[in-house]
Amino acid sequence: MTDVKAPVERPLSPHIFIYKPMLTMLMSIAHRITGAALYFGTMLIAWWLLAAASGPNAYAAMGSFINSIFGRLILFGYTWALLHHMLGGIRHLIWDTGRGFGAYEREWLAIATLVGSISLTIIIWVVGYLFVGGSR
Amino acid sequence: MTAGKMSTPLARVLGLGPAHSGTEHFWLQRLTAVANVPLMIAFVFILIALLRRNHAAVVQILGSPLIAVILLLCIVSVTVHMRIGMQVIIEDYVHDQGTKLVLLMANTFFAVAVGLASVFALLMLSFKV
Repeated sequence: MTDVKAPVERPLSPHIFIYKPMLTMLMSIAHRITGAALYFGTMLIAWWLLAAASGPNAYAAMGSFINSIFGRLILFGYTWALLHHMLGGIRHLIWDTGRGFGAYEREWLAIATLVGSISLTIIIWVVGYLFVGGSR
Repeated sequence: MTAGKMSTPLARVLGLGPAHSGTEHFWLQRLTAVANVPLMIAFVFILIALLRRNHAAVVQILGSPLIAVILLLCIVSVTVHMRIGMQVIIEDYVHDQGTKLVLLMANTFFAVAVGLASVFALLMLSFKV
């Protein structure tokens, strides 16, 4: 009977922390994290639309939150998360066709996704401020 | 993947294996991913165009048929996509059966609530003006 209760020491398969962090691996993790962030961020979009439908006061309350430093930071992060997840998704769609799995291609796609998402985020915010922004 | 000699003729014909399903999930994820690309680009443009506008102008633009239809498509595609995505995250990391079931239910509730609230607001904006 006691033999049955004895814990069985089975070897564990190597987990992610024993590997050297590689760009492709970090991008995979980033894809999942940005996806989860976008998931919860949809509450902001629902809030925005509901506020617009509710009336000027509700819309102004939403506006004052978004225009605060905290709100701006969230919106900036959300812009990057959206673009990063989108470009990462396009990378996955390329992989779905069976292409882009070579050692060089993998690295190139990972770098392109990162550079693309960061530069597009900056471009969108610069455009937003310069051409649409300004005083109310 | 290959149906072995142990499988019944029906299982061999269906070719689904022990999970009975799987490709629907993959396909819906890809379908909504492809749809999301143009939809999210349009969404960002609409959002930039609405920045800094007052409430009356925003209501008018959101209530216009083209913008409303684009945003409705965004919401349907995004909520379906994010629900499947979060389902995979939950299935990957939550191993306790009870907790997993609760979280999977909560995931669907969240996606439906966010989606329905957004659709309702857009329809209100469309039919109020």
